[in-house]
Amino acid sequence: MAVKKFVVGSFDDEAVLFPAVKKVRQAGYKIHDVYTPFPIHGLDHAMGLRETSLHTAGFIYALCGTTTALSFMSWVFTTDWPMNIGGKPHFPLPAFIPITFELTVLFSAVGMVMTFMYLCQMAPFVKKHIFHPRQTDDLFVMAIELSDKTGAEEVKGFLNSVGAKEINEQTAEAGWWLGRFDREDKVFAK
Amino acid sequence: MKDQFVVPARLKTTSFVLLGIGLLTLLIGIFALNGEHGPTRFWAGLLQNSTFFLMVALASTFFICVTTLAHGGWQMAFRRVPEAISMAVPVLSVIVLVVLGFLIFGNKGHIYHWLHPHGDKVLEFKSPFLNAGFVSTMTVITLALWSLLTVKLRRMSLAEDKMLLDQDSRKALIWKGTVWCGLFAVVYALSMGSTTPWIWLMSIDAHWFSTMYSWYTFASTWVSGLSLIALFVVYLKSKGYLEMVNEEHLHDLGKFMFAFSVFWTYLWFSQYMLIWYANMPEETIYFKPRVWGEFRPVFFLNLIINFICPLLILMKRNSKRNYTLVAFMGGLIIFGHWLDFFQMVMPATVKHLYFPWYELGLGLGFVGLIIYLTAQQLAKAPLTAKNHPYLKESIVHHT
Repeated sequence: MAVKKFVVGSFDDEAVLFPAVKKVRQAGYKIHDVYTPFPIHGLDHAMGLRETSLHTAGFIYALCGTTTALSFMSWVFTTDWPMNIGGKPHFPLPAFIPITFELTVLFSAVGMVMTFMYLCQMAPFVKKHIFHPRQTDDLFVMAIELSDKTGAEEVKGFLNSVGAKEINEQTAEAGWWLGRFDREDKVFAK
Repeated sequence: MKDQFVVPARLKTTSFVLLGIGLLTLLIGIFALNGEHGPTRFWAGLLQNSTFFLMVALASTFFICVTTLAHGGWQMAFRRVPEAISMAVPVLSVIVLVVLGFLIFGNKGHIYHWLHPHGDKVLEFKSPFLNAGFVSTMTVITLALWSLLTVKLRRMSLAEDKMLLDQDSRKALIWKGTVWCGLFAVVYALSMGSTTPWIWLMSIDAHWFSTMYSWYTFASTWVSGLSLIALFVVYLKSKGYLEMVNEEHLHDLGKFMFAFSVFWTYLWFSQYMLIWYANMPEETIYFKPRVWGEFRPVFFLNLIINFICPLLILMKRNSKRNYTLVAFMGGLIIFGHWLDFFQMVMPATVKHLYFPWYELGLGLGFVGLIIYLTAQQLAKAPLTAKNHPYLKESIVHHT
């Protein structure tokens, strides 16, 4: 719940955006995020984002699923309630494999979705500030976070020099919050 | 740009040495493999190796076929590699033809029991399908079609290099490729996807049958074929060729190797579990020597090499982008599926697990042959299909 100041620049061309991202990083400004209407290959590298560890999390969830399935079924059929099913052994591993597979997939899928939601700060009823209404349509929007040392005018001038079409200053909630979108206006109304 | 492959002397020597080992093993086999199971082992080893390596080379033709039909442009930068490997198909077809000719008409090694169905109710019932005439006709037709279509696809690709570069001829090129690859897909589905593994390999256990068998064999050879392509790509890359191929292409090949290893396991399990669950004697007879008999170590080693290793090692993104690791896994997967063919053929023919010096020696011979033929073919044409419309897509490829 941190209210921060941003300078927001909008680009209408992918070919301008890439060098702009590079120059902004070189100049030492902190890019809060870049919003694009479609996924752009290589933008994550240009922004210097680290490799995601979502797949490692997925692997761990999958192992949990495998363990859960195998340990529960073997406990039920060997200890808690042994049954004779078609003369098969009490620990019929081949028969357990499909269920183990399903639970592995289920755990990793659901776990990865939840983790992804958390990392992207998304959840039902939770709101995030939208920097530009056209960021999901046809504009590439770059939000630069201002610190005590960076002046808004300086950043605006810099964004103008790297080719931003539309530049403005916004005060917004950096994280996620519960509630309605008009709350933002009330909080930050001067 | 280094676009013309020159066969390095070392590669040539290596292929000749491997070929020599193969021929020497064959020669020793003729004299050493006598006695009770001797001749059977001699012919079973030949059957296992010749069919396996033919199907692995054919996987390259299928790779060209599927990528053409799916308009997959990403592989165009190394397209000449699967083409060169696929040109081993006609040569290996001749070897398979000779081996099967001896097995069927000479009844060498008593591998196919269905040749003498008299007095056996099951085999008499199957004799309209499993008889010398039908099986040999099917074999000849299949091998001829595989070889002809492979050569045709290669010729079409070489003809591209001399083509004019206008819009219409490029469109015509794509259309022509689609038609011939569509034809090959039908032939491949009807042979490799159904009858060929039945008549060559499943009929060794003439009483037994499994509807998963052909798909299982296909998956086995397809993942080995993809590994072979990856191995040659890594080799050429290490010699400074294929400049336009980078980690992105290797990553996609690695994904294929990973995915089809899992696909093979899926088919393996589908075949095993249904037979295990139904527990009918005429079906479980197949797994009796493999799971509970002498071949138990091979059976589990097969699963570890072909499922556990690719799953755990190739799962990470970085390992699929690592040339050394992909090359290592390629070799391991090809060996693993060679072992898979070993346990498909041997329990019903030789019946005992010996140290496979003979089979391994023959395998090395076939590897040498494939290396020699592929290197020759790679040297015959530029390594880049420079006029293909999808080449640019492959150069800027990004996973």
